Amino acid sequence: MFEWLGITPQGLYGQLLVGLINGSFYATLSLGLAVIFGLLNIVNFTHGAQYMMGAFVAWMGLRYFGVNYWWSLILAPLAVGVVGIVLELTLLRRLYRMDHLYGLLLTFGLALIIEGGFRQAFGISGEQYDIPEALTGATNLGFIFLPNYRAWVVAASLVVCFFAWFVIERTKLGAYLRAGTENPQLLQAFGVNVPVLVTLTYGFGAALAGFAGVLAAPIFQVNPVMGSNLLIVVFAVVVIGGLGSILGSILTGVGLGLIEGLTKVFYPEGSSVVIFVIMAVILLIRPAGLFGKEK
Amino acid sequence: MRFSKKILTAAVCAACIAAPAAWAQTGKISNGVVKIGVMTDLSGLYADLAGPGSVLAAKMAAEDFGGKVLGAPIEVIAGDLQNKPDVASSIARRWLDQENVDMITDLTGSAAALAVVKIVKEKNRIAMVSSGGTTRLTNEDCTDRTVHWAYDTYALANGSARALTQEGAKTWFFITPDYAFGHSMEKDASEAIVAAGGKVLGSVKHPFPGSDFSSFLLQAQASGAQVIGLNNASSDLITTIKQAAEFGVAPKQRLVGMIFMITDIHSIGLKATQGMIYTDAFYWDMNGETRAWSKRFFERQKRMPTMIQAGVYSAVTHYLKAIKASGTDEAGVIMAKMKATPVNDFFAKNGKIREDGRMVHDMYLMQVKNSEESKQPWDYLKLLKVIPGDQAFQPLSKSRCPLIKK
Repeated sequence: MFEWLGITPQGLYGQLLVGLINGSFYATLSLGLAVIFGLLNIVNFTHGAQYMMGAFVAWMGLRYFGVNYWWSLILAPLAVGVVGIVLELTLLRRLYRMDHLYGLLLTFGLALIIEGGFRQAFGISGEQYDIPEALTGATNLGFIFLPNYRAWVVAASLVVCFFAWFVIERTKLGAYLRAGTENPQLLQAFGVNVPVLVTLTYGFGAALAGFAGVLAAPIFQVNPVMGSNLLIVVFAVVVIGGLGSILGSILTGVGLGLIEGLTKVFYPEGSSVVIFVIMAVILLIRPAGLFGKEK
Repeated sequence: MRFSKKILTAAVCAACIAAPAAWAQTGKISNGVVKIGVMTDLSGLYADLAGPGSVLAAKMAAEDFGGKVLGAPIEVIAGDLQNKPDVASSIARRWLDQENVDMITDLTGSAAALAVVKIVKEKNRIAMVSSGGTTRLTNEDCTDRTVHWAYDTYALANGSARALTQEGAKTWFFITPDYAFGHSMEKDASEAIVAAGGKVLGSVKHPFPGSDFSSFLLQAQASGAQVIGLNNASSDLITTIKQAAEFGVAPKQRLVGMIFMITDIHSIGLKATQGMIYTDAFYWDMNGETRAWSKRFFERQKRMPTMIQAGVYSAVTHYLKAIKASGTDEAGVIMAKMKATPVNDFFAKNGKIREDGRMVHDMYLMQVKNSEESKQPWDYLKLLKVIPGDQAFQPLSKSRCPLIKK
C-alpha cells in the first residue's frame, strides 16, 4: 500500500507509534500551559524550565538520596509545584492586572535565570538517568521493537491528561476553575477564594511540567536546556489547539506528534518546521485555534 | 666637532650591534607581554568539551613555561564566542586591535574559526585552532598564519570509517545533522568507506538541534546496515546513543560516533556506550606522561581533558617555545620556527606542522570499555590501533590550499 512512497507498512506503523509517543509528551506539556493560560492569562514561558527541573529533581533524588523512579514520579512534581506556588505568590501575582507582555517577560526571564543556574551547577552535557528496572527491555510487536518504557510513557501521560480533563470539565472544583476564568469578580462574590484557586492552579500547571520532566528523564539526557528545546514546539501546539482549551491541547498534542512522526519519514529535514507551518495555516483559517472560542 | 661626530657614529654603531642581544632579553616582545587569547564556548553546547577546560589548559601551559618568556610575562585571557561567527569576529578585532593579543587559540565551532582566522591573518598574528574541526581551515581557507592542531573531520571520518570497513563492516547508514559540518563529515566518511570496499546504504538528515531521534533510528534499523554512523555532536549525539540503546540497535548493528569525546562518554555512562568505536587524538590513560598531565588537569577542572583541551596546552606550549627559540614574537618568524620544529610533548610525538597549517600527528582508534573492564572513574577507553599521522590526515597531494605549490 505504501510501497510507492518507499516505505513498508511495518515501517510506517513503527513511525506512527513513535509519533504517538512524542505526541503524548506534547499533550502533557501543553496541557499545563493551557491550564495556566486559561485561568491566569499568563503565557508561562517558565514551563520549559519547570519541565527540566522535574527531570533534575528526579535525578538528584536518585543520586543523592536514593529516591527511586516511582517515588520521584510523585515527589518531583510536588517539588516543582511548590516552587511554582512560591513564584506565583511572590512575583506573578503582581502582574495580573497588567498586559500579557509583562507576564511573558517575567516568565521568560525566570526561565533564563533558572536554566543558567542549572547550567552553572551541572554543566551542559547533562546527566544520565537510567530506565527503572521494571520497565527495561522491549517488546517485539512485529512491526516495531517497542521499548517497554515508551509504552509506559504513553499510558502514563494519557491517564494524567484524562484525569486533568475530568477534574476541570466534570467536577465541582473544575466548575469553579472555569467560572474563575470567565468572571473572577462574580465568583469571588459567591464566596469562593479566587486568589487561592489561582495559586493552586499555577502550582498544578507547574507540577504537570515537572511530571513530564520525570517521564522524559530516562529517554532524553537530563540536561539544563532540555526544556527550551521543547518549549517552542509545545507553544505551537497550544496555539493550534486554541489558547486555554484543555481538550484542544491534548488532542492537538497527540495529533501533531503523529504528523511530525510522518514528516520524519518522508522529509526528515522538514520535521522541525512542519508544526509551525501547520500553526500558520490554522491561524489563517481559524485565528482562535482549532478548539478555541472567539471572544 | 669632528671628533664628537666620530664618537657619535661609533656609539650608534655599537648600539646597533649590541641592541639585538638586549632585545632578545625583553625588548623584542611587542608591548612587553605575550598575550594569548583563548576564544571558546564558555557556556553553551561545547562548554564541557572545550570551554573553561581549554582556558585552564592554556593557563597551565603558561605556568609550566614559568610564566615568562624572554623576560616578558605571559598573559592568558578568555573570550566567550557563544558559537556565533559575528561575536567571534568582534572579539577577535577587539583583541587584536586594542588589547594586543599575540595569538588566538581553541576557536570552537567551524564557522567561528573560519571567520577568526581571516582576521588574524589580516592583522598578522597567529591562530592555533584546536576545537573547530572543518578541513576548510587547511584547504580553501588556509592562511600562512593558521595552525590546525588537534583533529579535523577528515581524520575522524577517515580513521573510523576506513578501519571498520577494512575489518569487515561493509554496509553503513548515516544519521547526519542538517548543517554544513555534518554534511562534510558524511561526505568524507562515505569516500573512505567506498575506498575501503564498503557501501553506504543510505542516510537521514535530521534538523538541528534535535530532541527525539527514535524515528531516525528506526530508519537506520530498517536499512539493515551493519554500522550506523552518527555525524552529530555533543548533546544530539548523546541523545541518539541513549535512544539507540533503548530501541535495541546493538548488538545487531554497530554504532559509531564520528565526533565523540570522552566527556560525552562520561555523561552517557558505559552502559549505553560500551563497545562503541571512534577516533580520538588523545586519551588521558595512554602513558606516564599523559597520565601525569591529565591528573594535574583533573585536580583543577574535576573532569579529565578532551583531545581539544590537551591540544590547547600542546599548541600554546609549542608557540611559547618558538618565541623563546627565535627571540621575537613577530608572527612570520614564529610561524617559520613552529613549522621547522617537531612537536614533542605528551600530546604528540614527532608532530609536524605542514605548509598548509595542518599539525600532523598520530590518531588513535579507540573502543569504549564495558563496565567490567572499567576499574575507576574515567577509565573508559582501550586503544585498538594507532593510526600513523601520514595516514590519518588528508594527504598534501589532495590539498586545495593555495599555499601549496604543485
